[in-house]
Amino acid sequence: MTATPVVLETRPEHPPEGTAAAEVVSTDLRYLRDIAGSATAADVDRSLSASHPSLVDFAVLLSAPASERLEALAQKAHRITKARFGATVRLFSPLYLSNECVSTCTYCGFSAENEIHRRTLTPDELRAEAAELHRRGFRHLLLVSGEHARIVSREYIEECVAAVAQHFAQVDVEVQVWDADTYRRFGAAGADGVIVYQETYDPATYASVHLKGKKRNYAWRLAAPDRAAAAGIRRLGIGALLGLHPDWRSDAIALAAHGRALIKRWWRCEVQVALPRLRPAAGGFEPVDPVSDADLVQLLCAMRIVLPDVGISLSTREPAELRDALVPLGVTAMSAGSHTEPGGYADESDAEPQFEISDRRSPADVAAALRAAGYDPVWKDWQRA
Amino acid sequence: MDTRPDEITPPMVSNADDLVSNTDHLVVGGRSFKSRLFIGTGKFPSNEALRRAIVSSGTEIVTVALRRIDPTADEDILDAVPDGVLVLTNTSGAVDAGEAVRLARLARAAGLPEWIKLEVTPDPRYLLPDPVETLKAAEQLCSEGFTVLPYCPADPILCKRLEEAGCATVMPLGSWIGSNQGLRTRNAIEIIVEQAVVPVVVDAGLGAPSHAAEAMEIGADAVLVNTAIGTAGDPAAMAVAFKLAVEAGRMGRLSGLAASRMMAEASSPLTGFLS
Repeated sequence: MTATPVVLETRPEHPPEGTAAAEVVSTDLRYLRDIAGSATAADVDRSLSASHPSLVDFAVLLSAPASERLEALAQKAHRITKARFGATVRLFSPLYLSNECVSTCTYCGFSAENEIHRRTLTPDELRAEAAELHRRGFRHLLLVSGEHARIVSREYIEECVAAVAQHFAQVDVEVQVWDADTYRRFGAAGADGVIVYQETYDPATYASVHLKGKKRNYAWRLAAPDRAAAAGIRRLGIGALLGLHPDWRSDAIALAAHGRALIKRWWRCEVQVALPRLRPAAGGFEPVDPVSDADLVQLLCAMRIVLPDVGISLSTREPAELRDALVPLGVTAMSAGSHTEPGGYADESDAEPQFEISDRRSPADVAAALRAAGYDPVWKDWQRA
Repeated sequence: MDTRPDEITPPMVSNADDLVSNTDHLVVGGRSFKSRLFIGTGKFPSNEALRRAIVSSGTEIVTVALRRIDPTADEDILDAVPDGVLVLTNTSGAVDAGEAVRLARLARAAGLPEWIKLEVTPDPRYLLPDPVETLKAAEQLCSEGFTVLPYCPADPILCKRLEEAGCATVMPLGSWIGSNQGLRTRNAIEIIVEQAVVPVVVDAGLGAPSHAAEAMEIGADAVLVNTAIGTAGDPAAMAVAFKLAVEAGRMGRLSGLAASRMMAEASSPLTGFLS
């Protein structure tokens, strides 16, 4: 996709130069955190009026004085969202392929340490799940799995993508991170997007919650979107799991920096961000710095103002009423009727979910709520050519 | 590839001298420059006027057309360039990629720095850069190891393609070359600035110091000026005016420009659900 001579295939402690990941690592996050902690009301006015807001503006918009201007943030975020995306929200569904995992991540229900019932979909089971989601209206799928390189191998993922790609307009994958060659194979099989949440951008916190497994390699994971983009994948999804880091604003700033860097480095790609909050899961991990609803609104608005073109997805982690209220503030994609356990759609799966969902409405009910609010629920807005 | 100066440069500084001269450097091709004003060397009434303008501007990069260089002449244009100022040979006169590449190779053979201001202008009236031939030439020259600074249309996609080719900067035009019309391409340059990972140098059309200040205020990393200085009644004084304008615009950018208006507050709140 690009002539940029970047070596992406090694696994050093630091991301390769010339990547978005390297730009994130070199960003002075401490300075930006200080901005978020010291901004004044005048700074907030200035950042709200900036024609091309910077990361400094993002930090300002996360500050306490900005929380006093939340309605102004919301109005601006709403105007930008309507101007850039109209009154539409894309609906998608996660399809969990496997909860097998060899990594120990303290916050995740799939963590290898958790004694849960493990299951990996067979090809027939996958087809049944996909057929059920197709019947419910979905044409955009997100294939999700735990991290098990042998059971959930690249060949397995490749086969799963190929199996559903012919029936769905868009297929994204959210699985363990791979090298560029594997991402190229996923793309050839029909994958349109790769989603990689860094979980937390703070290396020390990252090390403290990823105790075992390949996911412990912070830099390798951080550069995964770069590798996917280099392999020709068109859609890149990133996110931070809010509540892992002792200061959620810090992770939010890093996430915005990552989004900006990806847009600049991989300008042909569509970038999507997610702002998931920690939910109860097996293992019982408690958020270190809980993010309130008001915090989430402020973050969502700031993200929309500073990254006006990125897609922002909202999962069923959040309750129905809140999801409905957040839509006008910048949300462009929502999952609906989700199950986070393999086999949850076509049968009564006894596998353990990755986390508890909150919005339990059916896809049809979510679509109806969007229509009632004046939005068009879009089931298909992509076609491979 | 050189990255643009970090966009999170602290917006508030207490010492203006530190901001514009000591710490806020422009990095191009691995070299650091204090001045963000590039000067073109055409149209000056004399070599002496050119030399004085270069010195008074504080510039560290001047661009010279290879076709103007004649080392055998008694008084060559390069004689007006003080030591320590980088000579950026330009390919002025090239009408396609092939000619531009040959000119660059000639410059290298003549012992000039391997820094090329790439110009491909097949149109003799407006001297508009050819985007297709410019990209072709940039790809070739970068592959041959030149440090390439391409003059180009203010096209955000073209600028990304030039970055990918390995160019050290992009140099979108503010308006037609020599027109002195200022930033007619302002909206496009704002997008280019927002997206660029290499320094953005606004080239062509800047006819007054205020134009240069405006370019710096919207986030350009540097500007290139020729006609407005070379044809001024007092080129050296005009060079100083541009120097100050560039510094003022840069300082304004980094200091956090004031809000142009307060946000309107809508009557039906979007955040009422929180209370």
